[in-house]
Amino acid sequence: MHNDVRIDDPTAEHFEAAPATGTNADAGDPVLELDGVGKRYGPETAVSELDLTVRDGELLTLLGPSGCGKTTTLRMIAGLEDPSEGTVTVADETVAGDGAIVPPEERDVGMVFQEFALFPHLTVAENVAFGLDDPDSEAAGERVAELLDLVGLGEYGDRTPGDLSGGQRQRVALARSLAPEPDVLLLDEPFSNLDVRLRVAMREEVRRILDEAGVTAVSVTHDQEEALSISDRVAVMHDGHVEQVGSPAEVFEHPESRFVASFLGQASFLPAAVGEASVETIIGSYDRDLLEGITEEYTGADVDVLVRPDDLRATPANESEADGHVVRRQYTGPSFVYHVELADGTVVRCLHNHAEDFDVGEPVGVTLVADHTLAWYPAER
Amino acid sequence: MAAGSDSAATARDRVRGIVRDDDGPSVALVLLAGAVAAAVLTPLLWLLLRASTIEPSEALSLLTSPTATEVLANSLGLVALVTAASVALGVPLAVLTVQTDLPFRRFWTVVVALPLVVPSYIGAFAYVSAFGPNGALADLLAPLGIPVPTVYGLGGTALVLTLFVYPYVFLTTRASLLSFDESQLEAARTLNHGYRSAFRRVILPQIAPGVTAGALLVALYTLSDFGTPAIMRFDVFTRVIYVELNSFGIGRANATLFSLELLAVTAVILALESRVGGDGGSGYGAPASANAVVPLGRYRWVAAALPALVATFTLALPVGVLAMWLVRSGPGYAGGGLAFQPEFAFNSVYVAALAALATVLFALPVAYYAGRSNGWLARATERATYLGYAMPGVVLGLALVFFGIHYAPAVYQTLPLLVFAYVVRFLPQAVGSTRSSVLGVDPELIGAARVLGAPPRRAFRRVTLPLIAPGLLAGAALVFLTTMKELDTTLILHPTGFTTLVTYIWRVQEAGYYGRAALPALVLVLVSGLSMIPLLRQQGDDA
Repeated sequence: MHNDVRIDDPTAEHFEAAPATGTNADAGDPVLELDGVGKRYGPETAVSELDLTVRDGELLTLLGPSGCGKTTTLRMIAGLEDPSEGTVTVADETVAGDGAIVPPEERDVGMVFQEFALFPHLTVAENVAFGLDDPDSEAAGERVAELLDLVGLGEYGDRTPGDLSGGQRQRVALARSLAPEPDVLLLDEPFSNLDVRLRVAMREEVRRILDEAGVTAVSVTHDQEEALSISDRVAVMHDGHVEQVGSPAEVFEHPESRFVASFLGQASFLPAAVGEASVETIIGSYDRDLLEGITEEYTGADVDVLVRPDDLRATPANESEADGHVVRRQYTGPSFVYHVELADGTVVRCLHNHAEDFDVGEPVGVTLVADHTLAWYPAER
Repeated sequence: MAAGSDSAATARDRVRGIVRDDDGPSVALVLLAGAVAAAVLTPLLWLLLRASTIEPSEALSLLTSPTATEVLANSLGLVALVTAASVALGVPLAVLTVQTDLPFRRFWTVVVALPLVVPSYIGAFAYVSAFGPNGALADLLAPLGIPVPTVYGLGGTALVLTLFVYPYVFLTTRASLLSFDESQLEAARTLNHGYRSAFRRVILPQIAPGVTAGALLVALYTLSDFGTPAIMRFDVFTRVIYVELNSFGIGRANATLFSLELLAVTAVILALESRVGGDGGSGYGAPASANAVVPLGRYRWVAAALPALVATFTLALPVGVLAMWLVRSGPGYAGGGLAFQPEFAFNSVYVAALAALATVLFALPVAYYAGRSNGWLARATERATYLGYAMPGVVLGLALVFFGIHYAPAVYQTLPLLVFAYVVRFLPQAVGSTRSSVLGVDPELIGAARVLGAPPRRAFRRVTLPLIAPGLLAGAALVFLTTMKELDTTLILHPTGFTTLVTYIWRVQEAGYYGRAALPALVLVLVSGLSMIPLLRQQGDDA
């Protein structure tokens, strides 16, 4: 799946997002806590031993491939599924676990559904008013108008969901879930039903609306670009548990597991031997400080270093001095990614602008150009 | 359909043929389909011709007589009662089997749909033979001196009809619930509404068209059903028409006027149906899910009592009663020179096979035309064939009796006229299944055959016909099975001395020889069950 990921976006955006995260993530009090939560369907374990804390005002995204348990986790928070074990606490109230099962209608949790689940027989305004205590009251009318303004649909109150475009339906779904002022807002793959062009625009728009509403939110997605660009923190999930939680920059630059590393961006693993002061790879010798947090005990060990296309450059070389050969040219629009097969069979990717041009089969040298420390993992060989 | 005559078709002919095909169906096809439509509409004409011979003043006094008023009130009251009771029974059962974690959901789904396979007149017969004056219960209680309450009249008729027609509401409601997007229910719950409130505000408004469609089917069935009110001795239109038809002289005029009045009431209900039809606010493309979303908790097993109770009264009781008569058929119940002969079963099969063949032949041009053209003429032709659904069997029988007596004494009380009645009655079934298989044939295939050198007729014979054969066969099977159990028209139009299972059951139940009717009645229940298979297959299951 790495091949379809556009390599320029996540790197560009995670640097923008980075400054915001430090301020938001640690500031508020915990609003939502999951403690040792698990869910089994018969013999199948969907989620196990899941701990997660979401703080006031932040947007945390559960990111993972399909089947990793992220939607199940979201539905357990909403109360649409009951956990098999563990506790869920919303705003200091235990809503699941310890013998308590609070039904969804009694939790202050809002949800935006994947298909939006708007009520087709009600107007836009009636949909938004649905969760309010007294939908026909004047106060409710004002609240509806306020929310429709917030999502930019002030004039659309009398329409029915069938008349709206995909993006408009999503705005209505957001307004509807925000109307009862939930403690936590849940978003289940909120952009998967929109076409690609609209998806990017709506991402920014949703982030704006969530910020203006000041709501604490948990979203679920399999789209790393989406997760990295809008979240304060990202929890990468795999096989029913959380592999890593952190700011988008942390999880992208310093993945704590091979799974996280290979799931985010176009990852390649470069075999290396750790020396006293240096690290030896097939493409050259580098300072050992290049490896993030390397300790003494790894001296003499074999490791795999995570390299992404922007960490590497291909250089013209003749047959005798080349590190490898170009095996594929991948045109991505703004840039080229060259796939280079090294002498030991490892394939790495190098990001280039249009100025340089290599042909498939051409011998090239490969140079490490990363300006940051690199993540590494004990070798699997 | 005949062998391709123009084997020496020139290339120019072929090209012209292709162009003509693009413009629409051939003239011959349109004429053939039109002729079928006209033929099945004729019964209405005979009825109107007969009515025109009645003096207007006489007609007016007849229609405003106390008897006529009572019949109208009885009919409307029965329709209202049966429809309301069917909704009260069908909707909760549909909700239980679709939306909850009821134990053995799939089993109950089939079981509560099954009463539709018991012809309602057989249900009525079973109830009368169990609870009627000479029935099993009366036998049991007579030595104790306890009188049984009467099963005859409005109450009994409404009860029996409801028990055997509520599945219409169950099935249409179930279909609506299955196409309902369950995430809306979840959305309502995250918006602070419990299940009851969500059901009322989100689910009910969206399944209302489905419930209404089922209720209208029930109303139409109740209005046109002859067997049940006749056996339960309740004077509604159909029973009165049948009685008047068999009394000569002024009776026939009464029957005609009642028939027209019945048709008018039917038309009103149909008009209601067409107004409801287009009102489905069915979402905007979100896929439906059929997960059980409402846990019943400790009421799970209590809830299963409802379908179990319904199954007891609709299936176990009638079948049990019939089986009991089978075992008990002593002289008191089985005498009277009405011995059953295997010939009756053979007659039933024979006439049903004829009807199936004739109906498919009539259906083919209409279905092919309607499947290949979107024009108003095609739609009108197809619609005309649906008259059989709207016209109660008793009325159709009456119309054809007039036709036979006044215009064609040669065919009166002969098999051809009876088979024609079946064709009119069941043509919609064959047209429906054939038309959908015609729609399933990609027109490009015919184009391909034409380009490969096959003239239109050969293309039809070698490409279209094999592809629509399953649809034709399914239509024929359905017509065969429904003909086997058809009561009204068989009773009125069967040739003298030609006894079928249905006419035999009728005679022995009228005479009170219940034991005699048990075996043929069970056979008909079985036959009727077979006819449900294609219907249930269309419904699909909820896995």
